[in-house]
Amino acid sequence: MALLDISGLTVEFGTEKAPFKAVDGVDFAIDAGEIVGVVGESGSGKTVTALALMGLIDFPGRVRARSMVFAGRDLATISDRERRALVGKDIAMIFQDPLASLNPCFTVAFQLMETLRIHGTDEERRHRAVRRARALSLLEQVEIPDAAARLDAFPHQLSGGMAQRVMIAMAIACNPRLLIADEPTTALDVTVQAQVLALLTRLQRERNMALILITHDLALVAETAHRVVVMYAGQEVETGPVPGVFETPRHPYTQALLAALPEHNEDNARLKSIPGMVPGQHDRPTGCLLSPRCTYAVERCRRDMPAMAGSGDRRARCHFPLDAARQPTNGWRPEGVASVGVQ
Amino acid sequence: MSAAGSLQGANSSPIGGSERSERPGPNSATLLEARALTRHYRVSHGMFRPKGLVRALDGVSFTLREGETLAVVGESGCGKSTLARQVTMIERPTSGQLLLDGQDAGTATSALRKRLRPLVQMVFQNPFASLNPRKKVGTLLMEPLAINTAQSSTERQDAARAMMDRVGLRPEHFSRYPHMFSGGQRQRIAVARALMLRPRLVVADEPVSALDVSIQAQVLNLLMDLQQELGIAYLFVSHNLQVVRHIADAVLVMYLGKTVEEGPKAQIFARPAHPYTRALLASTPSLSAAGRGVRVPLTGELPSPLNPPSGCAFHKRCPHAIPRCVTEVPPLAPLGAARVACHRAEELNA
Repeated sequence: MALLDISGLTVEFGTEKAPFKAVDGVDFAIDAGEIVGVVGESGSGKTVTALALMGLIDFPGRVRARSMVFAGRDLATISDRERRALVGKDIAMIFQDPLASLNPCFTVAFQLMETLRIHGTDEERRHRAVRRARALSLLEQVEIPDAAARLDAFPHQLSGGMAQRVMIAMAIACNPRLLIADEPTTALDVTVQAQVLALLTRLQRERNMALILITHDLALVAETAHRVVVMYAGQEVETGPVPGVFETPRHPYTQALLAALPEHNEDNARLKSIPGMVPGQHDRPTGCLLSPRCTYAVERCRRDMPAMAGSGDRRARCHFPLDAARQPTNGWRPEGVASVGVQ
Repeated sequence: MSAAGSLQGANSSPIGGSERSERPGPNSATLLEARALTRHYRVSHGMFRPKGLVRALDGVSFTLREGETLAVVGESGCGKSTLARQVTMIERPTSGQLLLDGQDAGTATSALRKRLRPLVQMVFQNPFASLNPRKKVGTLLMEPLAINTAQSSTERQDAARAMMDRVGLRPEHFSRYPHMFSGGQRQRIAVARALMLRPRLVVADEPVSALDVSIQAQVLNLLMDLQQELGIAYLFVSHNLQVVRHIADAVLVMYLGKTVEEGPKAQIFARPAHPYTRALLASTPSLSAAGRGVRVPLTGELPSPLNPPSGCAFHKRCPHAIPRCVTEVPPLAPLGAARVACHRAEELNA
């Protein structure tokens, strides 16, 4: 039984008459101890999916789901009070810009202790000193140098990497079973990004957490995740284990995304690019959402919306999933991808 | 509005000519030369405390030839943007020379600097912030001409329309506002605006880092097509090494205001000599296991430029540091076709 099992998640904005589906019928599951990467361009619904899961979509946004079962409880039906006890404790989230998500008016210790005061153990809820000691040990766990001195620092005194470590400390304070990291390293320098990722995967391994890694960086997912979900315009278009999806993508969108990376164009002067852009509210095509941009699209693609289909753990939303014969259109030989390191 | 439809043709080059076959040879003219370029800033710590000195750019030298691309890479705070501010003549360097087309732009008179400025134009990182939301695309494109040339309004309009066609914007976009465009199209507008004065050097400060992967490819293709057609040189500031690897001819790696390694792209990526360059390359996520290299555990973050470490600025994070690194600043010495500032460069690359 999966730790989290979402089926048919839909998030709508706009009016009832003219709704805009930011997330359109997403099915998603993750097991304890698993890292799932969610990739897609901006506007593909990655972040909104996570926010809906956390119950952070406010009116006028509308969240609907057949079921959203987390550890045996359906998040779609529980009361707000029950949800508040769960979110921030068993499900925690890290956001993209750490300096924007920390409150500039309070010290690191205050913000860490606030989480513990609400969600901590009895001991922690009762005694300030216990909370402070715990806050210090958390900062040490996320490898902040000179942690004792950093406790009373304000967010503006921290570097970006340091602030993201504080955010991670806050997220793991209550030993969550599921951690959602939304673009955790996009705002950081590449050397710091490598450090923060190493920290996240170490914590994930040690605590057997489930980790949802939301990012637009395919290479990052290739290095860290076990399984990947590719999203496009609010729908998941392809899902499967990491080496497989990156080696032989079944969906043309995944293939095009991979082909657009400079890494796969070393011999070509021009990069393969995807014409057009992600459809917005007013230009949503009929049929397959990718059909206007897809090189393989035929009449049926423009008419009928394909469903997720496939065998085993590989599924793709395409009438004509790519097979081995149609792979090497981008002149890219996927050698070496099969040995992607998964811990 | 047909914002989506209007990008349909974006994949096929608006300029034609998909092969970058003709690279300017090594004997093409030097366009820009920096000699020990230095820029220091005084910063206040409060009314009664002594002022600090930030050596944002500390003796950087490089040459850039016509039609070539020099990529400047490094972490934030390493002086990339300060370098761009000197080259675009927004600021004057504290010392050192900046020879643009043989004339020292650093010490030139204001009148000469004004004449030199149209040679260098800039494309900024965030196309959502760099375009005036209250001006139409046509106005944005014609503005540089109105300021710097004596062209009539009809001539300016013709030039703007020709440039729009060249960067893949449609004629009807002329009287639209920036908010009606997507990120990729806005960056096309920003590129078109930079090219209006026919510059010979374009300083591109992280031009694709705010864009999605598929759009990033479109803009990079456009930049390379324009370079081939117009022979522009790029000073390409970026932290994305995969992009740099694709677009650059030469790479300049900076750390705390100093050059740590400089050389042709092929050598820098195939045989990085400086421990910092190696760490940068190893930290970059890669799709293929083969491209990933050995992870160099780089601990710590960039030190404060107000209080840089003694000797080699990198010694505190360097896995190969020896006592000499703490006391002595390594000079930039040739190694193969590149130049490296490391005491142990020869020994580590033997």
